[in-house]
Amino acid sequence: MSSSAQSSSAWPNLGDAPRAGSDVRLSVEQVSYAYSANPSQAPLFTLEANSFQSRPGEIVAILGPNASGKSTLLKLIAGALAPLSGRVLLDGFVTHTLAPRARAQRIAMVQQETPLLFPARAWEFVLQGRHPYGRTLRFENEEDVLVARNALAQVGADHLSDRWMNEISGGERQRVILARALCQQPLLLLLDEPTLHLDIGAQVDLLATLRRLAAENRYTVVVVTHELNLAAEYADQVVLLQKGKSLRVGSPASVYQRDLLEEVFHTPLTVEQGSNGRPRVNLLPAS
Amino acid sequence: MRPLTLRRLFLQCSLLAAILFVVVVVALKLGAVPVSLYGLGRDLISVLLHQTSALSSDYGMIVIDIRLPRILLAIFVGASLSVAGTSFQALLRNPLADPYVLGVSSGAALGAVLALILEPHLALPVWLAALFTPLGAFLGAAATIAAVYFLGQREGQIDSATLLLAGIISASFLSAIIMFLMTTLSGRDFRGMAFWLMGDLSSSLQPSLRWVLGAGFFVAAGAIYTTASDLNLLLAGEKEAMHLGVDVRRVRLVVYVAASILTGLAVSVSGAIGYVGLLVPHVMRLLFGSDHRTLLPTAAFGGAIALVLADTLARTVVAPSELPVGAMTALAGAPLFIYLLRRGSA
Repeated sequence: MSSSAQSSSAWPNLGDAPRAGSDVRLSVEQVSYAYSANPSQAPLFTLEANSFQSRPGEIVAILGPNASGKSTLLKLIAGALAPLSGRVLLDGFVTHTLAPRARAQRIAMVQQETPLLFPARAWEFVLQGRHPYGRTLRFENEEDVLVARNALAQVGADHLSDRWMNEISGGERQRVILARALCQQPLLLLLDEPTLHLDIGAQVDLLATLRRLAAENRYTVVVVTHELNLAAEYADQVVLLQKGKSLRVGSPASVYQRDLLEEVFHTPLTVEQGSNGRPRVNLLPAS
Repeated sequence: MRPLTLRRLFLQCSLLAAILFVVVVVALKLGAVPVSLYGLGRDLISVLLHQTSALSSDYGMIVIDIRLPRILLAIFVGASLSVAGTSFQALLRNPLADPYVLGVSSGAALGAVLALILEPHLALPVWLAALFTPLGAFLGAAATIAAVYFLGQREGQIDSATLLLAGIISASFLSAIIMFLMTTLSGRDFRGMAFWLMGDLSSSLQPSLRWVLGAGFFVAAGAIYTTASDLNLLLAGEKEAMHLGVDVRRVRLVVYVAASILTGLAVSVSGAIGYVGLLVPHVMRLLFGSDHRTLLPTAAFGGAIALVLADTLARTVVAPSELPVGAMTALAGAPLFIYLLRRGSA
C-alpha cells in the first residue's frame, strides 16, 4: 500500500489533502467578508480578498488602524465567521465547517475582553481549556490536571493557580487566559489585541512568551495588534490592512516602509533599521 | 488545583439531602394540629409499608393526606424554580435573572389561566384535560422567554439592563391580561385564583398529575444537567464559549425548553412564587462555588429546603388561617436579597 493512500485515509472530509513535503499549516486563501445591516442592503463594511500562509512556529501579526478589518480577518481564520468567498485551511481542514469541538481542539482564541460573571479561581479557569476534550458530563481527570499545570508553568503563572481571577493584575490575568488557550493543545493560537490593557513591561513580556511558546510547542500564532514596534520585534510575518484592503503581506522589514505606514496611520513617522535587522518606528510630533 | 470529583459532589448532595429530611420532618410536625414525633414516625413507616389502614395516631390522616403531599409539592416547586433560575442566570449571563423577574412565571400563569378558562369549552379526552393546564403554562413560559430574549437584545447582543427591563415590562403586561381574564370569573373562583397567583401550595392534585410533575422535573432538570459544563463556559459569553468548543445554539435551545418546562409545571400547580429562583442559586454559589456541575444539584436541594421552610411558615404563623407562600418568600427573600446586594456578591 502506498503511503499516499494511507495519508488520505487519515484525513477524511478533506477538500485538499496536505501537500506532501509542504509544512504550511495555516493557509488563508482569497478570504473575503461583508457586514450589512440586512441582506438586501449594501454592505456597511467589506473585507476584500486576503491571502497568506504560515508555518508551525511562526508568528503572524495583523496590523492596521481601527476599522481596517483586523478582528474580522481573525474571526474568519478562527472559523467563527463563514467567509463570503475563499476559505481558510488549517492542516487541510476548512476552519468554518469544523464542528465546534473539533475546532476548539485545533484553534484557541484569546479575546480582547474575557468577562467573568461569578468569581472563579485561576486553576478552575485554566481547566476550562480541557472542555473540548471531555465527554458530556465529565469530571477532569489526572491528565487534564497535568496539562493545566504544564500550561500554567509554561506562561510562568504556577504561583497564581489558587488566586481568584478578579483579584489578580491585568498582566497576570492575561497569562492565565493564555494558559487556558494552551490547555486546548491547539495547532493555531489566535490573539485579538492581547496587549490592550497592559502596561509596557507586561506587553513585552507577553510577546516574548508568545515567541518562546511558538518555538517550543510549534504553534502557529496569529496576533492582532496596534503595537507596531512589538510586531516588528516579534513577528515573522506582517499583514497590513487598511479599510478592509490587504495592502502588504511579508516580513516586517518589507512591510515597514515609511510612506506606506504614514499613509495608513495618518501620522508622520520615521522607520529605521534596528541592529537585529528588524525595523523600528518612531512617531514624529505633528507640526 | 482541586478539580471537582464525583465523590465531593455526592458528599455535598448528601449533606443537603440530610438537611432536607430534617426540614421535612419538622414541617410534618408543625401545623394547626399538633402531632407527636413518635406518632409521625409510626405513620410514615406504615405508609411506606402500604398499610394505610393502620394509621395509628388520631391525626395520621392530616399528616399523610394533607401535609405530606403539600410538602412534596413544595419540594418539587422549589427545586424546579431554583434549577430554572440557575440556568437562566448562566445562559443570560445575568445574576438577576430568574423565572419571576424575567416574566416567565407570569407567562406561565397566563397560559395556565387561559387553559383553565378554555378547558370546559373544549371536549377534551380525560387524560388531556388533566394535562391541559401544565401544557398551557409551559407554552406560556416558552413564548415569554422567547419574547423577552428577543426584546432584551441591543444590536444583536444580549444587554443585561435591557433584558431585565424587558422581563419586568412583560411581567406587568401579562399580569394585566390575567387580571382582565379574571374579571370573567365568579366571586369564589376569583378569590381562589388571586390566592393562586400570589403563589399557593394548598391545592390538591390528581395522582396522574403528580406523576407528570415528577417525570417532567427529572427529564427537564436532567437535560439541563447535561449542559452543566457548557454553562460554566457560557458565563464568559457566547463567543468565548464557542471558541472553547461549546455548541452554543444547542445548549441555548436545550436550556430554554427545559427551563420553560420546569417553570411551566411549577407555576401550573403553585402560581407565581418569587425569589426562590433568584436567591437560592446565589446562596448555593456562595457555599459551593459557581461550577454548574455542583451548582445545579445543590440549587435543586436548596430550593426544595427553602420552599418547604417558607410554606411551613406560611401555614403556621397565622394559623389556623394561611398566607400564600409567595408572600412568605417575598417577605423573607427581599431583605436577604438586599443584604446580598450590599455585600456585593449578588
